[in-house]
Amino acid sequence: MQFPDGTRAISDVSFDVSKGEFVTVVGPSGCGKSTLLKIASGLLNQTSGTVEVNRDNIGYVFQDATLFPWRTVRRNVELLMELHNVPKAERSVEAQRAIELVGLKGFEHHYPKSLSGGMKMRASLARTLTLKPPLFMFDEPFGAVDEITREYLNEETLKLFQHEQFAGLFITHSISEAVFLSTRVLVMSARPGRIVESFDVPFSYPREPELRFDPAFAELAGQISHSLRGAHA
Amino acid sequence: MNSATDLATASSVGSDAAILPDDAPPVGLRKREGLTGIVLPPVLLGAMILGAWYFVSYVILDKDRRFLMEPPHKVWQNGFRDGPAFREMLNGMWSSGKVAFWGLGIAILFGFALAVSMSQSKFIERAVFPYSVVLQSMPILAIVPLIGFWFGYGFNSRVFVAVLIALFPIVVNTLFGLTSADQGMHDVLTLHGAGRLTRLRKVQFPAALPAIFAGLRISAGLAVIGAIVGDFFFGQGEVGIGQLLKRYAARLEGEHLLAAVFLSCGMGVAVFMAFGWLNNRMVGKWATVSRGK
Repeated sequence: MQFPDGTRAISDVSFDVSKGEFVTVVGPSGCGKSTLLKIASGLLNQTSGTVEVNRDNIGYVFQDATLFPWRTVRRNVELLMELHNVPKAERSVEAQRAIELVGLKGFEHHYPKSLSGGMKMRASLARTLTLKPPLFMFDEPFGAVDEITREYLNEETLKLFQHEQFAGLFITHSISEAVFLSTRVLVMSARPGRIVESFDVPFSYPREPELRFDPAFAELAGQISHSLRGAHA
Repeated sequence: MNSATDLATASSVGSDAAILPDDAPPVGLRKREGLTGIVLPPVLLGAMILGAWYFVSYVILDKDRRFLMEPPHKVWQNGFRDGPAFREMLNGMWSSGKVAFWGLGIAILFGFALAVSMSQSKFIERAVFPYSVVLQSMPILAIVPLIGFWFGYGFNSRVFVAVLIALFPIVVNTLFGLTSADQGMHDVLTLHGAGRLTRLRKVQFPAALPAIFAGLRISAGLAVIGAIVGDFFFGQGEVGIGQLLKRYAARLEGEHLLAAVFLSCGMGVAVFMAFGWLNNRMVGKWATVSRGK
């Protein structure tokens, strides 16, 4: 990917994600992780190479919650269904299901300004869930929330992953988040971004929060960290 | 496999404890102030201004020159309580009010259409923008007589003056508002293949509302001024508050003049507050920063 100003954001990136997989790309800030996701989703066009993604129905979770401030939680969650002309009755049933799934029951009529950062992300997740996308892309969605909330949101993302059976493509710069969530972790180097190494994560689902303190978890995180440093040098 | 309800309870139990610490909605701070906190400051300042006015009338001006600035109660007696004169002023207000109303209405329609087309096409924006700045910087007072020559001194010409003055803030604020929505919201729509019209309806227009109201409040006041200025300079046709102001000034009728000025201000304040109320009704619930009261 080369931008008009000559910046080469990513080059030689090749991987695939299939059903039942949760693939996370970790890399330093500015390595082109987000660009990768934007190309995969079609928000940006690549300058060379091929992308084969079924774009009929992609779930995309943004860095910010990107809620519409003039809509209540409920109406925000209904937005995508409105765009796809889902009938009203079905919209409200599906929205309620998604809101309950992310634990926002009771906040349906709140406006985003009265929600915490974590709750906004939940609402954003709920909005994406409504269309039941087979592929979910996450663009560093929990980077702006505090550590504790982030861990809870990670655990819930996994519950959703198991429950909704989607394929996940996740972008983050947190190694522990990457290991905790994924079936596979890809390490990306600094600009121009390249995939330098791929790690399979052997832990089975469901994963308990305590997994984070497992020696095997620490070992894998250590290897990934080492790989990241190597990529940086 | 988990059922949906199981998952929901599990997640809501686990999560709400976690999000409570940073869950401090920034609402309700304002309401505590109470009526005294809101009313007292302006009343206090008003009393000080009245005091200064009395001071000027009675202490600075000697008796022969007091007509230059009659004290407040004289203005009240001879301006507002003087039946025929006051009725004359109310008629003038009604005439100028109609002009302001139509001027603002046309400025809203036209300005809105202009801003929407500018937001849709860079070409139109680039073409129109310099001229809207020219319009804004034009010394309107100077061309008011010209407008009289061209279109006569009737109702339409006065409305035209009001439109000229009120247009710019509506165009600029609406345009600013339409382009103010976060890129993220646009991306959401792009991912789901939304067209221009959907984008305008679901993102740009609602996002623009706070800015539109800010523009409306400025323009409403300007439309009133425009109506008065037109009337003032045309000096013929139906008598509006502008012609009365001119007449009172020429006759050195200070009390009447000040009373008419207060009435004009009252009209401006009324429209300002009306739009402020409308703004709070439509935007207050969700906007993070409400502009004024």
